[in-house]
Amino acid sequence: MHPVVKLVSQRLALGLILLIAASVLIFMGTLILPGDVAQSILGQSATPEALANLREELGLNEPAILRYFDWLFGALQGDLGTALTNGQDIATSIGRRLGNTLFLAFWAAVISVPLAIFLGLLAVRYRDRWPDKLISAVTLASISIPEFLIGYLLIYFVAVQMGWFSSVAMINDSMSLLEKLNAIALPVAVLTLVVLAHMMRMTRAAILNVMQSAYIETAELKGLSTFHVIARHAFPNAIAPIVNVVMLNLAYLVVGVVVIEVVFVYPGMGQYLVDHVSKRDVPVVQACGLIFAAVYIVLNMIADIVAILSNPRLRHPK
Amino acid sequence: MKDQLDFMTQSVTSGKMTRREFMGKTAALGISAAVAGSMFARAAEAAGPVKGGTLKLGSIGGGSTDSLDPAVAASQVPYHNLYQFGETLVNVTPEGGIENRVAESVEASADAKTWTFKIRKGVEFHNGKPVTAEDVMRTMERHSNEDSKSGALGIMRGIESMKADGDNFVVSLTTPNADLPYLMADYHLMIQPDGGFDNPAAGIGSGAYMLEADEPGVRHMWKKNPNYWDDSRGHVDEVEIVVINDATARMAALQSGQVHIANRVEPKVAGLLDRAPNLTVRNAAGPGHYVFIMHCDTAPFDNNELRLALKYAINREEMVDKVLRGYGSVGNDMPVNAAYPLFDDSIPQRPFDPAKAAEHYKKSGHDGSPITLRVSDVAFPGALDAAQLFQQSANAAGIPLELKREPGDGYWSEVWNAQPFCASYWGGRPVQDQMYSTAYLSTADWNDTRFKREDFDKLLFAARGELDEAKRKALYSQMGMMVRDEGGLICPMFNDFIEATSSKVQGWVVDSTGDTMAGKWSHKCWLA
Repeated sequence: MHPVVKLVSQRLALGLILLIAASVLIFMGTLILPGDVAQSILGQSATPEALANLREELGLNEPAILRYFDWLFGALQGDLGTALTNGQDIATSIGRRLGNTLFLAFWAAVISVPLAIFLGLLAVRYRDRWPDKLISAVTLASISIPEFLIGYLLIYFVAVQMGWFSSVAMINDSMSLLEKLNAIALPVAVLTLVVLAHMMRMTRAAILNVMQSAYIETAELKGLSTFHVIARHAFPNAIAPIVNVVMLNLAYLVVGVVVIEVVFVYPGMGQYLVDHVSKRDVPVVQACGLIFAAVYIVLNMIADIVAILSNPRLRHPK
Repeated sequence: MKDQLDFMTQSVTSGKMTRREFMGKTAALGISAAVAGSMFARAAEAAGPVKGGTLKLGSIGGGSTDSLDPAVAASQVPYHNLYQFGETLVNVTPEGGIENRVAESVEASADAKTWTFKIRKGVEFHNGKPVTAEDVMRTMERHSNEDSKSGALGIMRGIESMKADGDNFVVSLTTPNADLPYLMADYHLMIQPDGGFDNPAAGIGSGAYMLEADEPGVRHMWKKNPNYWDDSRGHVDEVEIVVINDATARMAALQSGQVHIANRVEPKVAGLLDRAPNLTVRNAAGPGHYVFIMHCDTAPFDNNELRLALKYAINREEMVDKVLRGYGSVGNDMPVNAAYPLFDDSIPQRPFDPAKAAEHYKKSGHDGSPITLRVSDVAFPGALDAAQLFQQSANAAGIPLELKREPGDGYWSEVWNAQPFCASYWGGRPVQDQMYSTAYLSTADWNDTRFKREDFDKLLFAARGELDEAKRKALYSQMGMMVRDEGGLICPMFNDFIEATSSKVQGWVVDSTGDTMAGKWSHKCWLA
């Protein structure tokens, strides 16, 4: 078998195993949480009878392992079941939430990824001179401030004081694309600031690393312009680590933005998951957990496969 | 100057002058913005309700797990949703009286054991069907039957039988209860078609607003019910409840005009918000109280001397000042205050007295080992701060109080009502009978202080059947003293309900019976 095909298929199989392992871990995690869904639904107003009746109704008296497999087989057939807490169809609710999350992540990525790579290239071009230092300082400062604080600062100055954008980034189906973009402007800005530094620094480091190579020296000696050397000779060889960090940040944009969702009241997956964890609504937690795990695994897999494909030694086996 | 002012307020009343113009002109007369603001509000109120617009509430306490089923409503957003589409037999008025809603009249038999609710004619559900006594009975059945998961199950226990008799819904009780109408005003008991047996979460009731969009954890839209029976309520065309659990985000949404009302304002920002020119902080002294509870049947709290020592060792004034920033009042180690109709205000206030605390502590014979108080900010906002203040004042009196910080997640199932000494919160009840029956009756499910006293129970039942108000008041006073001096409750403070509204919101009523005008903000307020 061609080594590239072999490596790629191995990587795919590993991804699948990871996904199953993740589902088991998620399930065990939900089991060790204190209290159960019946207790959480009724809260402080739970009487023993009401609790018992609700547990019976929700099927919580069945063994955990049975509930897990019930759910897993349903999920394999595309049926995620209904939420224990309010009886809503999980697939429908997740569909809407996931759509919102991807919408936010997409626009944050569209702005941050090209910007980060461009800034990284710029920093290399002007290495150790003021543009490099300025870019590093600004991006490092923005990554060092907690994201909720950036969010609050933007809300205070841009939304409350100046009134340019709304502080509540709530989107719904009846809004036009332009209205939606206006609504998510502030969270996109925060997310961009949060992920920019990581990607920019990695781009800069990866290209600088390649710049030490002998063939770059050759290119320079040929008399090519610095920009040409960076863009045509160094950058393609630095793709693997850059893609890696880009994927990691994309994954963060999808699964790690719960704080931003809370601050901007954005109806995404993170808040949805947190609500259901706190209510011990296991089927929903499972479904969200699996989707998050899948996002991470798929994106990392893409990064690895790109790395494999971009490796000249594998592409041209002896 | 008075003539000018009269002229201007008249212009406002007739809608000829906007708030901005009014503020500008009064400023020219040298009147401060705060005074002018309240003058404007008064003038605008006098003009009477304005119809139309979309009234928006930014509310804490919502999640994507929420349902519109009245039986399971336990936090603020489900509570407010219920009041949009649903209506109970009666309401508790802001003054603590009873106002008929779906019921047209309420009558009790002489022994207060049989109650007859006459169902109002011409009240219609959103699906077009008239509300009948049968629907009312089915609703009560759903909340009281053995399989119910309803939060109202506890208060439905004393019912012996119910029947629908023509236009009348008749309830027979096992023991007399003069306060039955107050129980029927419970927010879980929204009248639904066929009692909501088929689809309780459909959001169909007889209320002023009908469901337009239901996105749990995000927002809920309600539009005016054109067939609502009561013209004096429900002024706006649409009501939107936006779920904003984060306090800072909620205040920002109010300040930037995205919502008109924000509930659960933190005391520490209330003063700042009130200074903003177009916002008003609305606080109402309520029956809710922040407490520390001891299990009377668990060592070392089974010793009344130790309980008294701890009660004397807490500095209530300091807590109201520092934790509530003055938005509340001191408690007296019993679960009732002046917000209750039959409260006896002659009961002496227990002071902070380190010497007395030390004396009782010595008498208790406690071995000097640390007493552990479990606390989390989930118990009530500022619970950790309050516990630290308590620790300091107790230690000053020589009582070794130790704090254990508990995770907020699972607090209500693992700590509250399970551990012998912890911080907690009670929202209060409309009447003393309900408060005491819920948490202080020996057999109560939520007897979180494990206060089990036969003599107390007897007083409670006697008061429940007593129709003579003066006698009832005396009985409640006796019960209050018992809890205060022998119970397991340390109640340092009663918290106000604090909400903030934009100046566009008119018709606000100070209602101490519940959060945000006891849920009736959308019924009584309008947009100027």
